[in-house]
Parts: sequence; structure tokens; C-alpha cells
Amino acid sequence: MNTSTLRRAIVPGVAALALAASLAACGSSDDSADSAASDGSSGAAAGGSLSGTVAGGGSSAQEKAQESWRAGFGQANSGVTMTYDSVGSGTGRSNFISGAYKYAGSDSAMTSDEITQATKACGGDPVEFPVFISPIDVAFNLKGVSSLNLDAKTVAQIFKGDIKTWDDPAIKALNPDAKLPSTAISPVHRSDSSGTTDNFTDYLHQAAPSVWTSDHSSDWPTTSGESAEGTSGVVGAVQGGNGTIGYIDDSGVEGTKLGVAKIKVGDSFVAPSADGAAAGLAASQLVSGTPATVMEYKINRTSTDPSTYPVFMASYEIACQSYGDANTGAVVKAFLTYITSADGQKAAAANAYSAPLPTDVASKEAAIIAKIGS
Amino acid sequence: MTTADLTGEARSLPLQRLRLPRYAALMVAVAAVVVATLTGLLLGWGPVPTVIVAVVLADIALPLWSRLVEGRRPAVDRLITALVWTALACALTPLAWLLITTLDSGIPAVSGHFLTHNMVQQLDPVTFKTMPGSGVVHALLGTLLVTFGAAVISVPVGLMTSVYLVEYGRGRWIARVITLLVDVMTGIPSIVAGLFALALFNVFFGVGTRMGIMGSIALSLLMIPTVVRSAEEMMRLVPNDLREASYALGVPKWRTILKVVLPTSIGGIVTGVMLAISRVIGETAPLLVAVGSIDVTNTNLFSGRMQTLPVFIMTEYKTSTPEGYRLAWGGALLLIVIVMVLNLAARIIGKIFAPSAKR
Amino acid sequence: MSITTKPESAERQDVAGPPAVGRLGDRLFSASALTAGVIIMVTLGAVFVFLAVEGIDGFHADRSVFEPAAGNFWAYAGKLLFGTTLAAVLAMIIAVPFAIGLALFISHYAPRRLAVPVAYLIDLLAAVPSVVYGLWGARTLASAAQPIQTWLGEHLGWFPLFSGQVSATGRTMLVAAVVLAIMIVPITTAICREVFQQTPRLLEEAALGLGATRWEMIRMAVFPHARSGMVAGVMLGLGRALGETMAVAMVLSASPLVTLKVLTSDNPATIASNIAANYNSEDNRIQTVLIATGLVLFVFTFLVNFAARLIVARAERKLA
Repeated sequence: MNTSTLRRAIVPGVAALALAASLAACGSSDDSADSAASDGSSGAAAGGSLSGTVAGGGSSAQEKAQESWRAGFGQANSGVTMTYDSVGSGTGRSNFISGAYKYAGSDSAMTSDEITQATKACGGDPVEFPVFISPIDVAFNLKGVSSLNLDAKTVAQIFKGDIKTWDDPAIKALNPDAKLPSTAISPVHRSDSSGTTDNFTDYLHQAAPSVWTSDHSSDWPTTSGESAEGTSGVVGAVQGGNGTIGYIDDSGVEGTKLGVAKIKVGDSFVAPSADGAAAGLAASQLVSGTPATVMEYKINRTSTDPSTYPVFMASYEIACQSYGDANTGAVVKAFLTYITSADGQKAAAANAYSAPLPTDVASKEAAIIAKIGS
Repeated sequence: MTTADLTGEARSLPLQRLRLPRYAALMVAVAAVVVATLTGLLLGWGPVPTVIVAVVLADIALPLWSRLVEGRRPAVDRLITALVWTALACALTPLAWLLITTLDSGIPAVSGHFLTHNMVQQLDPVTFKTMPGSGVVHALLGTLLVTFGAAVISVPVGLMTSVYLVEYGRGRWIARVITLLVDVMTGIPSIVAGLFALALFNVFFGVGTRMGIMGSIALSLLMIPTVVRSAEEMMRLVPNDLREASYALGVPKWRTILKVVLPTSIGGIVTGVMLAISRVIGETAPLLVAVGSIDVTNTNLFSGRMQTLPVFIMTEYKTSTPEGYRLAWGGALLLIVIVMVLNLAARIIGKIFAPSAKR
Repeated sequence: MSITTKPESAERQDVAGPPAVGRLGDRLFSASALTAGVIIMVTLGAVFVFLAVEGIDGFHADRSVFEPAAGNFWAYAGKLLFGTTLAAVLAMIIAVPFAIGLALFISHYAPRRLAVPVAYLIDLLAAVPSVVYGLWGARTLASAAQPIQTWLGEHLGWFPLFSGQVSATGRTMLVAAVVLAIMIVPITTAICREVFQQTPRLLEEAALGLGATRWEMIRMAVFPHARSGMVAGVMLGLGRALGETMAVAMVLSASPLVTLKVLTSDNPATIASNIAANYNSEDNRIQTVLIATGLVLFVFTFLVNFAARLIVARAERKLA
């Protein structure tokens, strides 16, 4: 068979294949969730009466937690598909206001302007409350040093660039027994807009206002020091050098061999922990002047209670009380109920290493969720 | 040079130019490696400086030796040859490094389960951990469909544009404008292409629309310039005699193009198309923006979000957990394998359809 | 090439002109070719309109949006443009010689059996997703390159490019340029090798027959014939370098600033990586600014391509 005969045989065959493929692509519909999730386990309450696809998005810090919530919620409600885009808190909120997302995850609470806009978009007061509490570690990579004590002022000076070497007297004073080399300090910050940055700078501003004069912001305020994209970027950057230090969400530090600094609270040095973060939220006050369905916290980072760890982030979930169609409302209500339930919080804790919501906070939230009409 | 000048020296003059021994290059290479290793051991260099020094030594010594024995022109020739081989070694090093890194991190993730399941996960009832055994089938299908859509859009448009530029538009102002615009298209940042597709569809279909076809459009914006430029260059290289011969036989222009010009340049065109596909199949930013991310398998380009491999890789990497990294690398390995297979298929197709080449 | 004469008895119904089918076919075909070209023009026009409409407010954005990087839009965009150009120029300086060398290797220097596998392997470099380049560049390459960069900083620190405090993690403009170069090489190599392989055998053999060495043959026969194709390959590579988003965003530790030091951790950001890093910013006002910088890049690419074409056309006219 020479090439031209082969050619003549192939062309119609390839054409038929291409046609079939395109027909398949255009014709088939979405596979539903249960047809693929068949590990043969846990037939617990599969089915449910809810159905549809609901889109949400926002904070990328919540990504892993959202993944586990989708898993748990999807197990119980196999007809529903939830989606979550990690586009960042700011875009999440603005897309919620524009109607592209039915719910949003945000590392910082909505401003009063945004609440007004959301009220207009929802046709009523929006719903907002914290769902994800995660400690932020001050992680470092320094040869020969595995533990470190730091206080707010020193941390602020390090990240500002005022303290340049590891054997600086300020660090030595807090760690009299450690052998600190004279290596230069390389602080690493986030290059992208981030809730982790927002909460970390809030801590520095509240706890060390004389050194860190700029207010909290999601974009790192100085141009000096290394920057990296995303939590994983900062982890890689800190791991990749000697003498590096960065602020990293606790979930990113799990499994790495980075050292984690203990922060001075009152008179003792406290290591980051989920319980410490939860205690930190409990010690904070609600912001007043917001609608009844909006629970925003002004986090108190200057507490001297050693059971609290002040460097943490509380990430919020935002939704409407009513939607255009009843089904969306029912799905969102069920989803939020699951997220704030003990099971949902356990899932987030197991997979994203977050702190479960304190029970009084959770019950207040349940009351708000109940108001979501259909 | 007359025979009368035959002194003892002249008798030893060779009839042809002096040449280096046959395996001169090999000898120089070995000598350079030995010298570099010894010096490296003495001065305590690591392996990398030793290799660099060995290569530099060989690249200098061989042309120098050649200059002394063979003359200036052969020396320059040997220098270029040495540089070309060095370029090859330098180019293959990052490739090998990348492949090894991807294989090393990705193979543990790939399994039959990985390839047949999507990210709809289950929670363990006791530990509440998401059960291991998530998969990538939804992303795999999504990537194949979105890229296929992009190719369906860009290959005809790109090929016909280059046909116009080469065959019909020579010298016309419109052809010059199109060429310039195609060049400008190469510089569009991939994220801008995604934002454009998003804005376009949101205007017509409402806010929050996400469809696979939007990703295809964004990707085709990135593919078209490569297809056009490479096809244009290849068609330009088709000797005019072939066209003239065809016209002389009374074949109309369009048939000439279809039967003579395109088949002659098919090898290069296929390379250009494959290059374009390889480039866009790994683009993350436009797909993240225009198509979004989803856990379930969706094979409909015209309705709803689809997961694609690059977005899957990015999303899993962003979770910053060991499980996330594992899945990300598995996805990366899968993507590279897909492109390898497509490349191979394209080469075979190109060989079958090219006229018997007698260069 | 022998000339064959068609026998007189060949069917030629109308001697007056080409057959009607041919004329219709020609018109349809040329019309569709023109349509394709017009589609591209229209699409690009649409992209320009999109950038202009979305970005127009960015030009007059409030000062606070740019702080602390710059005081107004043009300073901001200018710094980013500097970063884009620096990264692209460095990457091209590294990539183009390699690409041409590789293309020459595949077309002229390699033993026949080695040429095809090598071409395949280089094409494989184009297959690696930009996300993976970002990962590999930021982690593996940066840490491996750190000792080399330290050496450069110590011994060649007098050279302005290599001065300054060397970064501890190795994530510098130099490494980003190397990663960009690795991404560019397959594109330029593929086009150049196709073009080199199309050099007429006759020209090559003639040069060799006159006693030229292989390199001289390439210089005399291959390069002149391949000039236009080489330029096309280089321009495509440049386009990639200017527009690459993900890999640069992940490798560089960047913010908008102007500096020529390529070994430090204070690196200029490129327009594309800046858009990627800040598009999801808390402050929504930056989005219009970013689109406006996208417009600036668009216009810049236009100008660079225009200038390149002018230069090439002038050079070709001189040679003709």
C-alpha cells in the first residue's frame, strides 16, 4: 500500500473521528456529581432533595477548607454542585455585589460602602460571618537555629528592614540561650493581594504602632525585601534561602521543616495553635453599627492573655438573605448550615488545619442562617 | 613551486592541506575533562564549575589547535561546530532537569484511579479528612475539549490568513496591516486575552457567564499569530517554479494552492500548529479567568464551567498542602505526556501527507 | 527540470479563458482568505477597544492607588515597561544565539539519526506549561543558581549589572530571564530549523564545491535565504517574552521599580506579571490601572514590531 492509497484511506477516517468528537462535545450534558464519586464508602444520607449549580468565590486562603466543605456537603446532597474560584477576597466581594457569585469568601469584612452596595444587590441586608479561623506563623529558615522567641516590636523591625542581621541585640535579648549567627535577614512578603498580609499588618500596627505606622492593608506596603506569589510561593522562598523569614498561613507550614517563632503575649511566648487563634477571636469585639445579619469582628491583637495567639486571620462568608429563585436560596442556606456545623468545622480543621469556631459564635451564626428565606 | 626546488623540506610537503587527526575533537574533549577534573579536585570545586570549565576548555583548545595546524578558516569552522554542540548540551540540560523534576514529583500521583476520577471527593467519617484518591479526568477532558475548540477556531483562520498574505495580498497595504497586527497579537499577555473573552461574553450573556468556549476563544487569540507566521514562512519558501508549472498546466489558482503549495509546506505548517497548541495547552491565567474551576466533569463546551489541567495544577498548588502538591505535579506530568503524544501524532500525519520529499 | 510538452489533443474546450469553475473557485477562495485576514483585524480592533474602554479610567486614577511604587500613572507604567523590556532583552540575548545554534545543529550538523529525536526533544520544551516553569524556576533553578549568582556578585561586582546585595533565595531577574529564554528557545528553534531545512540543496552544494567550510556555506547559502524566517522566529519569541505572565510572576520577587541590578531581590516587575499579581487585589481601583498598563504594552509591542519590520525591510533593500 503506497502513501497515496494510505492517504486516501486515512482522510475520511480522520474526518469521521473529528466529527464524532465534536458531536460528543456539543451534545453531552454535565455529568452529575454522584456518577464519579464512587469510592464505595459512606452511603451516609446520599441523595438529598436539593439540586443545581451555585457559584461562589473569593479568598484563596479558604481554598482547601472550601474543597473539604464541597466534599462533605456534596456527599449529603449529591444533586448539588458548588463551585469556588480562588480569585482573592476583593474580586470575590465585587463579584458578589455584581451577582456573578451567589456567595463569597473574604479575608476582610465588608466596608460600610460595600454593605450598602450588597444591600442594594441582594434586595435586603446581606449575611456575613466568620467561618474560617487560621493562625499565621512567623516561619524562618536559619541554619543551626530551630526555635526562636520574638515580640511584636522586633518582628515589625525585621519586616521593615530596620533589623538587618540575626545577631542583632534586639533578637539576642529575647533569645539569650540561642547561638545566633551574623547572617543577613531576608524578610519575605506576599507579592499578591492577600488576607494573610492584611491580618499580619493589622497585628503589626496594633501591637507595635511606634514601628509599624501604616494601617493594615492587603498589599504589602514596602518595596524592600523579597516577595513571592501565594502562600506556596512564600513557603518556597523561605525554604530556598538561609536566613529567610516570612509570615505564612499555618496550613502552608505543615509538613515543611521550617522553624516557627513563638510570639510574646503578655509575659510568655506563645506558639501558633488553632486553639490560640480561636481564643483570640473570642477575645475580640463585634463591630457595631452593622445590620443584624452582619457579624464583623474588630480583632483584638493586644491581649495579654497567654491562651490567645494574636497573629491569626478570621475569614468571612458573605451571602444574601434571599435570591431571585427559591432553589438557590435553599442551597446556599444548606451550604452555610453545613459550613458552620460541627462536622463542617471538623472537616476544615482536618484538611486546612483551621481552628473550629467557638460554640457561642457558631450558635449566633446559626440564628442568622435561619433567617435566610427561600 | 617547481620540482627543481625539491629540497629535503619540500619533499615532506603534503599534496593536500594539513588536517587534524580524525578523532581530534574527541581527544580534545577527553583532555579537557581530565584537566578540569584534576584542577577541580585540587581546588575543591563542585561538579558544576568543573563541567563548565571542561566545556570552556574544549571549546577554546580545539579551534586553537586547528588554527595552528589547519589554518584560519577551518579553525573558525571548528569553533562554530564546537559552539553548536555546546548549545545542544546547554539546551538539553534544563529539559532533562525539568523532565526529571516532573517525573520525580508526578509519577507517584498518577494511577488508574487518578485518570478515571474527578475531584468530587468524599470525607472520611471518622477523621473528616478528604479521602485520598482524587482524580483528574475532568481536567483532562476539559483541556482536550478546550484546546480542540481553540484549534478549530485558529487553524482555519490562521491558515487562510497566511494563504492571503502569501498568495493574494503581496504588496497590498491590507496585507501589510494584517502582518503588523499579527505581530502585535504575539505580545498580548495571556491574562488580557482571558479578560477580553470574559468581557465579550459577559456583555452578551450576562455577568458571571463561564463557558468552555470562552477559554477556546482566549486561547485562539494566543495561537493565531504562531500559526500565521509559521505557515506564512513555510509557504513563502515553496519555490515559485512549482506554482508556475501548475499555472502553466491550466490549474486555477485555488487548486494550485490546495494541491501544490499547501502539501509542499505541510511539514512546516504542522510544526507551526503543534507549536501553537503546545504553547496554549499549558496557559493558566486566561483559563482561570474565562472558564473557572469546578470539581465535576463537564464535557459541554457551550454550557457551564469546565476544569482544565493548567487551572487544576494552579488550584491544587495554591492549597499549599502536600496532597495538593502531589496532585499538581501529577497533572503537570499528564499535560506534558499529552503534548508529547500530540506532537508524535502530528509528525506522523505530516509525514503521510507530505509529497515525497527529494530535497 | 525537463520541459514536457502537452500533446495537442488535450481537451481544451474554451481557449478564451479559464474554465468557469476555476473562476468561481478562485473568487470564493480568495474571498475566504481575505475574510480570514479581516477577522484578525476585527478581533485585534476589538481587543484594543476592550483595553481602551476598561482602562480609560486608569490613566487618571487617584495617587493612592499607585503608592508606594509611583506617584502617577505614567511613572507606574513607565517603571513596569522598563521591567518588561529588561526581562525581554535579557531573555532574547540568552535565547536567540542558542535557538539559532540548535536550529543549525538539527538542520546541518547533526548525524541524521540524531536530528529527529533532538528536534522532538526541543519541541517538548514548548510543551511544559508555564505554571510548571514557574514552579521549577522559583524553587529548583533559583536555589541551584544561588551559588553561581553569589560568585558573580563577588567576583564581577564592579559590573553594574552584577552589583548590589545578592539575593539569598536566588529568585532574581537573571533567573527569570533564563526561564524566559528557555521558554522562547523552542519557538524560535522550530521556525528557524524549518526554514534552514528549506535551503535549496543546489546552493549548499555549490558553496561546498567552491571549497567553503561548513560554516562558510551556512553563512553564504543558508542565512541569506533564511533571513525572513529567522526574523519571524525571533519576533514570535520576543512576543512570548513580552507577554509571559505566570512564570515571571512566580519566579520574580518583584515590584515596579527601575534598576539594572539583576542579582538582587529588588526586581523590576513586568507589565504582565504585575497584572497577574494584582488583578485580584483588595483595592478594585487597581483593575482599571492594570488594564491601562495592558494597553500600554499593546501599543509598545506594536511599535517594536513596526520598528523591527522597518529595519529588516531597509536591510533587505540594501542587499537586493
